[in-house]
Amino acid sequence: MIRRYLPLLATLALLVIGYVICAFEFKNFLSFRVIGNLLTDNAFLGITAVGMTFAVISGGIDLSVGSVIAFTTILIAVLVQWYGVHPLAAFAVALAVGALIGAGMGSIIHYLRLPPFIVTLTGMFLIRGISFQISTESIGIDHEFYATLTDFGLRIGRGKLSLLAMIMLAVVAAGTVLLHRMRFGANVYAIGGNIASAKLMGVPVPSTTVRIYMLSSTLAALAGIVFSLYTTAGNSLNCVGVELDAIASVVIGGTLLTGGYGFMVGTLAGVLLQGLIQTFITFDGTLSSWWTKIIIGILLFSFILLQRLITKFGQKK
Amino acid sequence: MTQNRTNYLEFEGISKNFAGVAALSGVSFGCAEGEIHALIGENGAGKSTLLKCLAGNYAPNAGRIIIDGRPVKFDSTADALEKGIAIIYQELNLLPESSVEENIFLGQLPSKGWRIDWKTLHADAKKALERLNLDFSPSILLKSLSIGQRQMVEIAKALTRNAKIIAFDEPTSSLSSREIERLFAVIAELKAEGKIILYVSHRMEEIFRICDKITVFKDGKFVVTYPDVKKVTSEMLVKSMVGRDVSNIYDYAPRDHGQVRLEINNFLAPGLKAPADLKVKGGEIVGLFGLVGAGRSELLKGIFGAARSTAGEVFIDGQKATIKSPIDAITRGLVFCPEDRKSDGILGIHSVRDNINISARRNSLICRLIINSGWEKSNAAKRISDLNIKTPTDLQLIRNLSGGNQQKAILGRWLSENIRCIMFDEPTRGIDVGAKNEIYNLIYRLAISGIAVIVVSSDLPEVLGVSDRIVVMRDGLIVGELTHQEATEEKALELAMIPDAAA
Repeated sequence: MIRRYLPLLATLALLVIGYVICAFEFKNFLSFRVIGNLLTDNAFLGITAVGMTFAVISGGIDLSVGSVIAFTTILIAVLVQWYGVHPLAAFAVALAVGALIGAGMGSIIHYLRLPPFIVTLTGMFLIRGISFQISTESIGIDHEFYATLTDFGLRIGRGKLSLLAMIMLAVVAAGTVLLHRMRFGANVYAIGGNIASAKLMGVPVPSTTVRIYMLSSTLAALAGIVFSLYTTAGNSLNCVGVELDAIASVVIGGTLLTGGYGFMVGTLAGVLLQGLIQTFITFDGTLSSWWTKIIIGILLFSFILLQRLITKFGQKK
Repeated sequence: MTQNRTNYLEFEGISKNFAGVAALSGVSFGCAEGEIHALIGENGAGKSTLLKCLAGNYAPNAGRIIIDGRPVKFDSTADALEKGIAIIYQELNLLPESSVEENIFLGQLPSKGWRIDWKTLHADAKKALERLNLDFSPSILLKSLSIGQRQMVEIAKALTRNAKIIAFDEPTSSLSSREIERLFAVIAELKAEGKIILYVSHRMEEIFRICDKITVFKDGKFVVTYPDVKKVTSEMLVKSMVGRDVSNIYDYAPRDHGQVRLEINNFLAPGLKAPADLKVKGGEIVGLFGLVGAGRSELLKGIFGAARSTAGEVFIDGQKATIKSPIDAITRGLVFCPEDRKSDGILGIHSVRDNINISARRNSLICRLIINSGWEKSNAAKRISDLNIKTPTDLQLIRNLSGGNQQKAILGRWLSENIRCIMFDEPTRGIDVGAKNEIYNLIYRLAISGIAVIVVSSDLPEVLGVSDRIVVMRDGLIVGELTHQEATEEKALELAMIPDAAA
């Protein structure tokens, strides 16, 4: 039974070990400030990865999320700066547009029986292109409501749990309940486990598939809102390649790329592990930031290897 | 050196086991040059397994294949083909996106140094096609050909490798009558050239028309070879295919039947050739028998909504049911246990508990949105003890269970719902004998509780053993019906194999 949770346990153990190593190396690491920043800096990635977890567990993938984030930041910036829309209204528009994009991709995937990889890749190019069409330059957002939101936070010691971090943790919590405790989540697992069986068992495959991509795109739009608050600007160049970081987080978190198996808490651990490595390198100051990618690459490879070994070991029985 | 010079191909005591189950045991017979030799038997009698042993797909567990006096052993199909053995399967092994010439010479394309010699390839392919009187160009793509033409390409391929032994597995099942004529003409030519033709088919009329000898298989064993087809009748063949000692693992007892629970009228679905009508009463077990390709699974899938029906009506408990998807069927209490459990029936990488509960979820009383996991746990525990599912815990992955226990878990899932009709497609395929009896008893229990039951099976004794009524299908049609009392293996098989047997 322990074998089922092995990838998850490995990630959690790595996270703890990594943190301990960092704490030994740099005393400041134990402060709430570092933890608070870690959560804030990775809030957008965490939110995106929650949506990605659903897509991957269903046996699919969503490559369009990075573009959706960039598009959202641009959309909000344009609405707020050029048209004087209140940020809250702009957020609502952004979330609705995100949901619509996801519904479109999900419908194409299900009804035209096209692989999610290609459909969301198309979405990725299309949405990135449209963002550039709107504006090739960064648009700064100057609105007092933005200042209020970014200042908001819970003080803990000398650190602060920012609004962005709170949103991320709330999304992870909600995602955990949705995935592990609700019908929708159970159906996502069933589709990823064996779509033919799921259909014959009465799982509503069409609506579930559409909703998975709606969820992923909507969360990407939410990540876009968070990113826009984080940078107080809209930029078409934002978050290129974030979809791959999100996939890496999901896989490092123990979710099987072939679908049907995975945990939401693992995804959070995957995100934090990536953030931790980044922070370590920033603290160190002498290492090039590309070391993050090298370590992530090594980690990813070891996790895929671990999963393969577990499945192989499981089959021999 | 050899004792029997007349037989070019000789099987000597061939046995093949799959996971301890014997698919072939001690099969011995021989074929001479220039002979068309039919292999017949029920589904699962061992014909296809024998062909696969001959083609190098399977290595027999015991016995020898002797060709031209020498025992041979093949590592792979390519190896067998090199040594002159070609099998033309029902599902052809060709590349649709490649040209005809590439398909014919695949694996031994002529080359000039490191380049493919297209000129020689084209010329050789043309020659190969001309030999079979085929008039299409060798450079067109394979996918533009009809099934019959593709089969000819497969034969051309066999001939370019100088195949001496050519086996056909149900070659006419998807051919038009003109294509069949052409195939027979080619087979006759091959015979004249001294090739050995093995011909597997369910179609009696074809066998009587083209074959010289007939060998009958039953339950993986050789029964008899009729050396002269002219002295055989289809009744004699059927007789030698049936008649096994039926150890009674069925425990059949008659039941009272209630009202009609499932009724289909003028029902058409892909794979059916004429509208089907069927009525099943509550408490009744109807067996659906037919050979492979008779349309039984297609009928079930159509009723269940897994394949879109094209005409007709379904009534459940007298009420018209519009079934467009399995969800519609399940909500009306009509459920289905598929034949291929691994790919259609279970979520292999999920736990027994999840598999039992996937379609029976209950919401928590406190919050409607949350799944009631307490209920799921107790439901799984209840089904596991009630159906005697052997699993260490309900969190065990279902793929680690035996076939019988997987089937019981699937049943447990449906029993968690309020069902009115249940359909089984090959309920005991891949399940060992001990567990079969358990499955039968569960089927009886369902019927006794007033559920209408349909059982599709290729296993003749099983259909006869468990059904109150047997409906026989052939070629996409319902061709007859037998009661439990009047049904014999012979009668059922005659209906399923011989055209106009019902008359």
